[in-house]
Amino acid sequence: MGEIKTSSVLLINVESKKNDMLKKVKRHWQLYFVILLPLVYIIVFHYIPMYGVQIAFKNYVPTKGIFGSPWVGFKHFETFFKSYQFWRLIKNTVGISFYSLIAGFPVPIILALSLNAVRNQKFKKVVQMTTYAPHFISTVVMVSIIMQLLSPRTGLVNKLLGLVGIGPIDFMGEAKYFKSIYVWSGIWQSMGFNSIIYIAALASIDPSLHEAAIVDGASQLQRIWYIDIPGIMPTATIMLILSMGQIMNVGFEKIYLMQNPLNMSTSDVISTYVYRLGLVNAQYSFSAAVGLFNSVVNLILLVSVNQFARKFGETSLW
Amino acid sequence: MRKSSSIYYSRSDKIFAVVNTIFLLFIFIIVVYPLIYVLSASFSSTQAVMSGRVWLLPVEPTLLGYKAVFNNRSIMTGYANSFYYTVLGTVINVFMTILAAYPLARKSFYGRNLIMGIFTFTMLFSGGLIPTYLLVKQLGLINTRWAMVIPNAMSVWNVIVARTFFSTTIPEELYEAGELDGCSDIGFISKIVIPLSGPIIAVLTLFYAVGHWNSYFQALIYLKDAELFPLQIILRNILIQNETSGEMMRDISEMQRRQGMAELLKYSLIVVASIPVLIMYPFVQKYFVRGVMIGALKG
Repeated sequence: MGEIKTSSVLLINVESKKNDMLKKVKRHWQLYFVILLPLVYIIVFHYIPMYGVQIAFKNYVPTKGIFGSPWVGFKHFETFFKSYQFWRLIKNTVGISFYSLIAGFPVPIILALSLNAVRNQKFKKVVQMTTYAPHFISTVVMVSIIMQLLSPRTGLVNKLLGLVGIGPIDFMGEAKYFKSIYVWSGIWQSMGFNSIIYIAALASIDPSLHEAAIVDGASQLQRIWYIDIPGIMPTATIMLILSMGQIMNVGFEKIYLMQNPLNMSTSDVISTYVYRLGLVNAQYSFSAAVGLFNSVVNLILLVSVNQFARKFGETSLW
Repeated sequence: MRKSSSIYYSRSDKIFAVVNTIFLLFIFIIVVYPLIYVLSASFSSTQAVMSGRVWLLPVEPTLLGYKAVFNNRSIMTGYANSFYYTVLGTVINVFMTILAAYPLARKSFYGRNLIMGIFTFTMLFSGGLIPTYLLVKQLGLINTRWAMVIPNAMSVWNVIVARTFFSTTIPEELYEAGELDGCSDIGFISKIVIPLSGPIIAVLTLFYAVGHWNSYFQALIYLKDAELFPLQIILRNILIQNETSGEMMRDISEMQRRQGMAELLKYSLIVVASIPVLIMYPFVQKYFVRGVMIGALKG
């Protein structure tokens, strides 16, 4: 008897929960209607390509379509791993990313700390406004400004170098300069905008900490070291995790524009290789395989860096 | 702000303030000088630019470069196309983003975690360039104007930004009150949510519009007809592609003349292409800052 009773209570519970859910869904059916269009978009333009990535394991024949093409297993991956370009691409991709990360990560933090310490508010505003501005320049314009300024014949940089008796140097024509030009122009363009988030973090630090430190006779530098920097550490950690997860994800747009036959040995990265082989040479399956390899490595990197941060620090993405 | 002027500054603090100011001045000059140089070069005569006489202000001022830009038909077509893609694309983007973000901000929306998961997973993993291209091709969008606005109709990152805005500025009680008064969910969006979300709509519009105006990748892979090209592709063809064709070779005098004209056109073209964003910039600067902040809340 007792047993039957409890199970029927359970049943009622399950029933009522189900009813609850149905009621909620019914009452708010309009919300489902509202999100339908974005959901369809996400499924069509993000999940169908994920399903279509199976062409990486097939020999894509346009007339047969994605599903009709014959399977070839890991053939394309093997070809890629064994090709002479493999190590060059990995070296360039990771090299450019790490260079960007190591050189570019501290700059916005230093800029934010420095701006935060300025007492003249007007001066601070002017510097902020101007350093944000380059962020809005398009990649095409940015690269053409770089090429104009670095031109060996008429460029400003070579003119300046000429004053101290150096050059002229053909910056874009020599492979060894590529990475530095890419990274430092990127820093020039984005340091101001990337500092916004740190300036916000600094503004949210409790001012009484600074007041107490001043009363205790702490110098400006000491306050930066012991109050400001610890205060923005959580933000910095998150930003670092995010950029570590992007290590294999060097932006296509700028590199592609800066590439020329002379600097190919240091400028060819995975994304430009995928574009060239896939869309220019129409080797769909092979380049899809290269792209998939890149996405998987990215995913693993992001998850493991986050795991690491969660274990050893108190901040993580999820 | 933090310190009132009556506080006594120690010597080390004074030294720090001086060093700090010099550092920021240095940054300021590094950022501003190339921009001013490009602007001045665009107004200077070809000879002055070629012989390196332009340092800070325009030398032998002229508008020839700008004339060449405005007389170029493909540049003007590109301008019109870019304008079209930016306006249409941004309208679609903002509409879709709000449609997605509003339900996801509602606590009483059953299954919102699941849908949120479906959305955010696309930020971690993607099918990649080739499968996306094949899909767009299969849908028949290649070489149409739709290819510029449909495949990127919504960015999940901006959905998260908008969702954070909705859930922090519109309290759940307001929904409940609306419900009690018999307001439907859709009615609630149009009567209460939209009027309250001016700031977020401004932020989204700006993020998306600048993105559309500046992008060239979509056009590079999806468009083939020159009639459809946005400005950035035209810019790339003029500014970057003919640059690499052996600058140091060929007949010197002929070279110099053509190079001179191209050189002049280039600087003015850079300025003309950046004008829409530059004009907007002072007005929208604070919205961008706000957008970054809202996004950072959930970072």
